Amino acid sequence: MTEGAFTADPIFVLAVLGMTAVTYALRAGGYWVMGRLPITPRVRRGLEALPGAIIVSTILPIVLKGGLAVALCLVVAAAAQVTLRKEYVAVFCAAGAAAALRAAGL
Amino acid sequence: MLNKNVTLSLQGCVRGATMCIPVSPGIIALGLVFGTVAAQKGLTFLETIMINSLVFAGASQFVAMEVYSDPLNYALVVAMIGVTAAVNMRMLLIGASLRPWLGQVPAWQTYPSLFLLTDLNWLLALSEYDKGTRDWGIYLGSGLFTWSVWSLSVVPGYFAGSLVSDPKVYGLDVVLPAFFAALLVPLWKGKRQTVSWLFAGGIAALTWYLVGGYWSIFTGAIAGAFAGAYLDD
Repeated sequence: MTEGAFTADPIFVLAVLGMTAVTYALRAGGYWVMGRLPITPRVRRGLEALPGAIIVSTILPIVLKGGLAVALCLVVAAAAQVTLRKEYVAVFCAAGAAAALRAAGL
Repeated sequence: MLNKNVTLSLQGCVRGATMCIPVSPGIIALGLVFGTVAAQKGLTFLETIMINSLVFAGASQFVAMEVYSDPLNYALVVAMIGVTAAVNMRMLLIGASLRPWLGQVPAWQTYPSLFLLTDLNWLLALSEYDKGTRDWGIYLGSGLFTWSVWSLSVVPGYFAGSLVSDPKVYGLDVVLPAFFAALLVPLWKGKRQTVSWLFAGGIAALTWYLVGGYWSIFTGAIAGAFAGAYLDD
């Protein structure tokens, strides 16, 4: 915690309001547009591919920065998810693996 | 009109909320993790509550925290809003698919309730609609329940996280990427994803080497979406 727990940096508030506005625009926007603009199969496929592409693009630089230890932890997380299908268990396993790897000096 | 008689009742809301109970451990765990990440990044308690309850979109909050750094400047604010938009782009689609369901509800009720739209209550509402349910309390109740659980669960996570001085010792620094890796698993269906992700990863890595920072999220995501769009079965 920095300074007071109940203070907020004005520029951070600006970021939050911007994020809230853009998220609401997307939540309501698709609903609003539907019926006015037909989504072609190509657009639909692109939109369907978007979440996975975002996730890959977010993780990869973290792996490149973090090296072998981080890469191994993500393999643990993915393996846990494949077998157990519970995100929070996978996260817990990965954090445990990271702690163990660091303790071992990797 | 094919689907008339969309109603709203308290019973429907309660049923919607009840249907969320089995998944609530997942929501709570994720909220705890977000609180921990926020504390690690040095957000104040009030800032954490604000971003968590107002944005109310887990994955995008995590990505925005990856971009965040203290002190914050206007370029970073734009980047935080940009990655939020990119991660939440899917809401355009899920919102669009609710049109037949909520289209008959008065607009002054639908539009405020769309603030509560998440993957969870969307999935619940849509599967109930397919079964013939026409009480949109399912959507509203599950949304309100999810929002309340999400808003509360961040609090203990925040205070636990601010007690930890070195996140690396406990492996807390991999919590975020591990969560993303786990989310990726159920999204994989076959060749389409493999190709799209290879494009996304290749462009993201290239951008990261050349430019650095968070631009790789944009370039990689767009490359992956295009690959997905133009890959025919």
